[in-house]
Amino acid sequence: MAVNTIKPKHQRLVLLVIALVALIGAALLAAWALRNQASYFYVPSDIAARPPAPDRAVRLGGMVERGSLRQEPDGVTIRFMVGDGKARVPVRFTGIVPSLFVEGSGVVAEGKLGRDGTFIADNLLAKHDERYVPREMRDMTTQQARAVVAQTK
Amino acid sequence: MIAEFGLAALWLAAALAALQLIAGALAVSGRGGELAGVVRPAAVAQGLLALAAFAALIWAFGETDLSVKLVAMNSHSAKPLIYKLAGAWGNHEGSMLLWVTVMGLAGGFVALVERRLPEPTMLATLAGQAFVSLGFYAFLLLASNPFARLDPPAAEGQGLNPLLQDIGLAFHPPTLYVGYVGLSIAFSFAIGALVTRQVNPVFARAMRPWVLGAWVFLTAGITAGSYWAYYELGWGGWWFWDPVENASLMPWLAATALLHSASVLASRDALRAWTVMLGVVAFSMSMVGTFLVRSGILTSVHAFAVDPTRGTFILALLTIYIGGALTLFAIRAGTVAEGKRFAVVSREAALVFNNVMLTAILGIVLFGTLYPLFAEAMGARVSVGPPYFNPMAALFAVPMLIVLMVGPMLRWRRDRFARVRGPAAIAALVAVLGAIGLALWAKGIGALPFIGLALAPALALASLLPLRGRDPRRTPLPVWGMVAAHFGVAVALFGMASESAFSVERLVAARVGETAAVGPWQVTLRGVEPVAGPNWTALRGTMIARYAGGPEHTLQPQARSFWTPPQSTSESALLTRWNGQLYTVFGEETDDGRWQLRLWWKPFAPLIWLGGLIIALGGALALAGRVASDWRRRIAQARIADRQASRQELRAR
Repeated sequence: MAVNTIKPKHQRLVLLVIALVALIGAALLAAWALRNQASYFYVPSDIAARPPAPDRAVRLGGMVERGSLRQEPDGVTIRFMVGDGKARVPVRFTGIVPSLFVEGSGVVAEGKLGRDGTFIADNLLAKHDERYVPREMRDMTTQQARAVVAQTK
Repeated sequence: MIAEFGLAALWLAAALAALQLIAGALAVSGRGGELAGVVRPAAVAQGLLALAAFAALIWAFGETDLSVKLVAMNSHSAKPLIYKLAGAWGNHEGSMLLWVTVMGLAGGFVALVERRLPEPTMLATLAGQAFVSLGFYAFLLLASNPFARLDPPAAEGQGLNPLLQDIGLAFHPPTLYVGYVGLSIAFSFAIGALVTRQVNPVFARAMRPWVLGAWVFLTAGITAGSYWAYYELGWGGWWFWDPVENASLMPWLAATALLHSASVLASRDALRAWTVMLGVVAFSMSMVGTFLVRSGILTSVHAFAVDPTRGTFILALLTIYIGGALTLFAIRAGTVAEGKRFAVVSREAALVFNNVMLTAILGIVLFGTLYPLFAEAMGARVSVGPPYFNPMAALFAVPMLIVLMVGPMLRWRRDRFARVRGPAAIAALVAVLGAIGLALWAKGIGALPFIGLALAPALALASLLPLRGRDPRRTPLPVWGMVAAHFGVAVALFGMASESAFSVERLVAARVGETAAVGPWQVTLRGVEPVAGPNWTALRGTMIARYAGGPEHTLQPQARSFWTPPQSTSESALLTRWNGQLYTVFGEETDDGRWQLRLWWKPFAPLIWLGGLIIALGGALALAGRVASDWRRRIAQARIADRQASRQELRAR
C-alpha cells in the first residue's frame, strides 16, 4: 500500500475498519474472559444448594458464628464457621485478620471452596467502619435474614 | 462567617460560569458584540472565586469549625494540623469542591495565556469549559454543599477515616485531580474545535501542552496513589484493580492515546476526527469514574457516604455532557476533512497502532469495571479482579510495547523497515537472551512476569535508541521527554514483573527474640512496646533485619488503634535497598502469647514507582520544550509585528 495509490477517503475507511475490528475483538475477548474469570458471590445456603467448582475463585458472605473461631498452632491460621441462618460453611484463613473481624459480625471471604467442603479464604473483608460496608454485605442484610441486620448495622 | 464567605464565592463563581457560557455562545454565533470581551475575564475571575471558596473550606477545617457540618462529620480537634487541612478533601463534598476549583482554575489559566487559537474557537472552548463547570457547580451547590451549617454545633468532630490520616492524603488527591480534571481542557478544546469547524494542526498544537500538563499530573497522581495504597493498607499489593483505581487508569489510557494522536495531527495533519474523539473520551472517562465512585453503585474504599440522589445527579450530568459531546461529534465528524495519507510502515502507522491498543485496553478495563453492574441487573453478584484484568490487559499491552521499540525511530509519512532493521534486531536479541536467561535461571515464574522481565531490558535499550546519532545539546527537549517517558515505561514494567515473579512472603507467629527468614533476609523480633500518638495508641514491634548476614537494620511496624472513629490500621515498615524492598507488618498477639508478623521481600519493587515518576518527568520535559518554543515564537512574532509597524510608520511620514 504505497502512499500515493490510495485516496485519503479510503485510508480513513481502512483505519476505521482496523480500529473497529480491534475494539470489537477486545470486547468479545473481554466478554469471554469475564464469563470465566468473574468471581461470583455466594451465601452459605447457595453453597449447600449448588457448590462452585473447587478451583474457581468465589466470594462467600455471611455471619461469623459465635464460638466457632479457632486459632491453629502455627499462630497465623484461623478456622471459623460462616452461616446465614439456613446453612453453614467452615472457613480456613491464613493471614492477619482485619481489625473489625469478630465473632457474630458479617464477613466476606474471597477464596475457593476446597474439595473437603472447607472454604479456603485468601482474603477477608470485614466491615471497615459504619461508612464503608462491602456491597454484598449490605444487600445480604436485606435479603437474607433479619437477625443479621440487627448485628451488622 | 468564613463558611458563608465560601458559599457566596461559590455561588458567584457559578454565576460567572453562566455568564461565561452565555457570552461565549452568543459571541460564537455572531450575536455577542461587546460580550465577547467578557468571556476571558469571566473565566479568570471564576477560577479565582472557586479557589477562594476552596481556601475558605480549608480554613474551616484548619480551625476545626464544628458548626460546619462537613467539618464535624470528617474532622476532629485532636488531629494533627496537616491532616486537618488535607482532610478538607478527604470526603465527598470537599473533593467535589477541589474538582470545581481545579476546573475553574484550569479554564482561567487557558483564558489567560492561550493565544494560538482563532478567537471564535477560543470563545467556544471557554464556553464549553463553563458549560461543564456549571453542571458541577450545580451538583455542589444543590446536592453536596460543603459549607452547610450544623445547628447547634457539634461538641466534637467524628474524625477522619484513619486510613486517610497519612501524608499521602496531602499529595495524592490534589495531584490526581489536577490531572483528572485538567483533562476537561482537552474536552473543551475538542468542543470548541468541533463547533467552529477548526479541527486542524493549529488546534492540536494548542491543545497538546494542556493535555501534556494534565497527563503529567495524572501520571504522578496515579503513581503516588499506588505507592500510598501499597504501604498504607499493609496488604503488600500495589494495584488491586479496584473500581477507583480503574477510574483513574481509564482517563490516563485515553490521555496517553490522545497525546500520541495529537502529535500526529500537530506534525502531520492526520487523524483529525480520531484526535477530537479522544479529547472527548478522556474527560468523559474522568466523569464516568466519578460517577462510579460517588454514586456508590460499586464498592470501593474511595466511596465516601453513599447517597442515591447524588448518583442520579451525576448520571444526569454524565448523560448531558458525554451524550451532548458525542452527538456534536456525530454531527460534525462528517465535516472534518480527511487528513494526510501515510504508509503502513511510518511513524503515523506506529502511533495508530499505539492508539488502537491503548483504546482496546481502555475498553477492557471499562468493561471489567462495569461488568458487576450488568451481572447484577441479571441477578448474579460478581466481582472482577486480577485473573481477568492482568492477562486481558497484557494481551494488548505486549504488542504495543513491541511496536514501541521501533516506532520512535520510524520516519513520518513513509519509511522502510530495512532502515531500522539493525536497532530492531538488537532489541529483539536482548529480549531473546533475556528470555533464555529467565528460562534457565528463574524456573517456574508465571507467563506474564516472564514476558515482562524479558521485554523490559530490550524496551529500555530501544527507548534510548532515538538519541543515537544526535548531538545531546541540540536534541530538542520534547525528544528527551519522549525518550525519558518510554524508558520509564521499561523501568516500571521491570519493577512490576519482578515484584510479581520474585516476591517472597512469610507469615509467622514469633516470640520476642525469635528469628524468621524471608528471601535473603533474617528478621528478628526484638521487642514489643506500646506507643501513643495525638489520636491513636499502638503496639509497635521492633525488628532487626539483616540482608545475607550484612549489617543490622531496625524496622518498627505498628498496629495502630484510633479512637475517633474507632478503627485499627497497620502501619507497615519498609526498608529499601537498591535491589528491592523489605516490607514488614505487625499483626496481633496469638492465643499463646506470640506475635503475628507478615514479611515480604520484593525484589526491584520500587522500580514500579520510580518508573512512574520517570514517565511523568518525561512528560514534564516535553511540556517545558513545547512551552519554551511557543514562547520564542511568540517573541519572534511580536518583534516582526513591531518591525512592520515601525516600517509603516516611516512610510507614512
